[in-house]
Amino acid sequence: MEVRVANVRKEFDRFPALHDVSLDIKSGELIALLGPSGSGKTTLLRLIAGLERPTRGNIFFGDEDASHKSIQDRNVGFVFQHYALFRHMTVADNIGFGLKVRHGPSRPPAQEIRRRASELLDLVQLSGLEKRYPAQLSGGQRQRVALARAMAIEPKVLLLDEPFGALDAQVRRELRRWLREIHDATGHTTVFVTHDQEEALELADRVVVMSQGRIEQVGTADDIYDTPNSPFVYGFIGESSSLPVKVENGEIWLADRPIGLAAPNEPSGDGTLYFRPHDVELLDGCSGCIAGTVAASRRVAGTRRVELEIGGERQRVEIELPVDHPAAQKSRVAFRPGRWKLFPAA
Amino acid sequence: MADPEIKSYAPHHESRSAAVTESRPAQAVLMAIVFAFLGIFLLLPLIIVFHEALAKGVGAYTQSLNDADTRSAIRLTLLVAAISVPLNIVFGISAAWAIAKFEFKGKAFLTTLIDLPFSVSPVISGLVYVLLFGAQGLLGGWLKAHGIVILFAVPGIVLATVFVTFPFVARELIPLMQEQGNGDEEAALSLGANGWQTFWYVTLPNVKWGLLYGVLLCNARAMGEFGAVSVVSGHIRGLTNTMPLHVEILYNEYNAVGAFAVASLLAGLALVTLVLKTLLEMRYGAEIAATRGH
Repeated sequence: MEVRVANVRKEFDRFPALHDVSLDIKSGELIALLGPSGSGKTTLLRLIAGLERPTRGNIFFGDEDASHKSIQDRNVGFVFQHYALFRHMTVADNIGFGLKVRHGPSRPPAQEIRRRASELLDLVQLSGLEKRYPAQLSGGQRQRVALARAMAIEPKVLLLDEPFGALDAQVRRELRRWLREIHDATGHTTVFVTHDQEEALELADRVVVMSQGRIEQVGTADDIYDTPNSPFVYGFIGESSSLPVKVENGEIWLADRPIGLAAPNEPSGDGTLYFRPHDVELLDGCSGCIAGTVAASRRVAGTRRVELEIGGERQRVEIELPVDHPAAQKSRVAFRPGRWKLFPAA
Repeated sequence: MADPEIKSYAPHHESRSAAVTESRPAQAVLMAIVFAFLGIFLLLPLIIVFHEALAKGVGAYTQSLNDADTRSAIRLTLLVAAISVPLNIVFGISAAWAIAKFEFKGKAFLTTLIDLPFSVSPVISGLVYVLLFGAQGLLGGWLKAHGIVILFAVPGIVLATVFVTFPFVARELIPLMQEQGNGDEEAALSLGANGWQTFWYVTLPNVKWGLLYGVLLCNARAMGEFGAVSVVSGHIRGLTNTMPLHVEILYNEYNAVGAFAVASLLAGLALVTLVLKTLLEMRYGAEIAATRGH
């Protein structure tokens, strides 16, 4: 099922949580809504689910305008951040709930509901736990039951709110791979919210980066990481260093010297240069480069992080060096960013 | 100048707050005070009630309970509880639902209002009904014209009891529902359940122990209420006397055995309530704790 969010605005007590957000989700796609807290990602998810109504704008399921349909009628599977399993029901009853509350002929007989429940339990690899209560399950198991329960109603769209937020790192990685497998096997259109960029980049077909109630960028993991389209995305996704620079006649200047980077299409004026700490080229001499004094050096796993103090303005940037690289001990290091991006001052 | 002195005191203070530091005798004295207090003010009166009731033997005890007026007082008390407790279950759940699950203006005011019966003397709540429904009262003329009798009759007693016992169920449920939040309800809705199904299958089971607890307390108070009921009842023997009122009348007539016999029933109710409450907590302690959040 395709989902189209068209110019949606959402206010809570006059306070805007989303400004004019539009997003096309293709059928069968796995989409991540990524952003810091307060960016509006959960609000967008709840709007798609029908747990909130848009203040303005529309949400389409396929060609149908679903904006004013209630959550019951939208047929979405929603997995809540803290699972919201019914604690007084067994695992099997939890999974069968969505079928049990149906009316008339669409409600399957009790035996069929039980059969569906154990089928889904097989799918989420929890066979044999039908009779357990939620309190008797680990966090990861609860998450799987919540997913099975959401899938039992054969939803058009599967929505997950911080699906792995409350789990420890090991279980998280495992479930991440497993969710991808389930998605590939069932082909549900799936949207999940996360503040963990690693999770979003690894798991999703496309990532929607959000900030302050707006969508900053939509793209594949490669798009988002390699060609961030705003200072926010550059800073939010992966490691980044930035320096205030000037553009003059298509050349980038740091303070009073050119640093050997050409920006022929940029207008002259102030701007900020962004680059990745690991994507730098070390230089010996310095005719057109960034040079700085080593202010601090940290060992981070297989590499060494060096903090450089640049020029007279006491700007600090981080770059990454091989552990045994002599530059790490030198007091003065010169380098030039490999891949970089310049954002003109607003 | 005072610096070194302060430093030398610091470790001393720390060790004091770290754990139980009272000496054994001090602990014993504290516990003795508590037990003595409870014994004198709670246990002793209870024993006296039963002692006085049985002072002239079991025969006199059963005979005084068999008295027609006494039996009608018991019937009326049961009737009043049977009406006011279910009403307060409905009111209590509605109020708790509204306060815990919705955001609206005047919510704080509503919460305060629910507590009103706790903070107002029961006599005053009774008097308010007299002012409202009495012959000279606000609605008195209209009621009389339509032949509706509220004051000095069963409806008045029920109204006064409902007023006084209103907070018990609501007060028990509000914090419970607030803590549980809307997550489970939203999950049920997302799975296609309608409002009633969500309430029956999800909300009610989640609060059932708190509800039962509130009902127990509400019932005990409904049967035992004196002040408010006393004002609106009119004390008509065999008609508008509840058990507590009947106890007073018998006592004022120097019928000690009769008074204490009825009192022993009320005391028995209190004991049964206590035992039920304790049993509930023992039997379902783990489950109750679980429904109050993981």
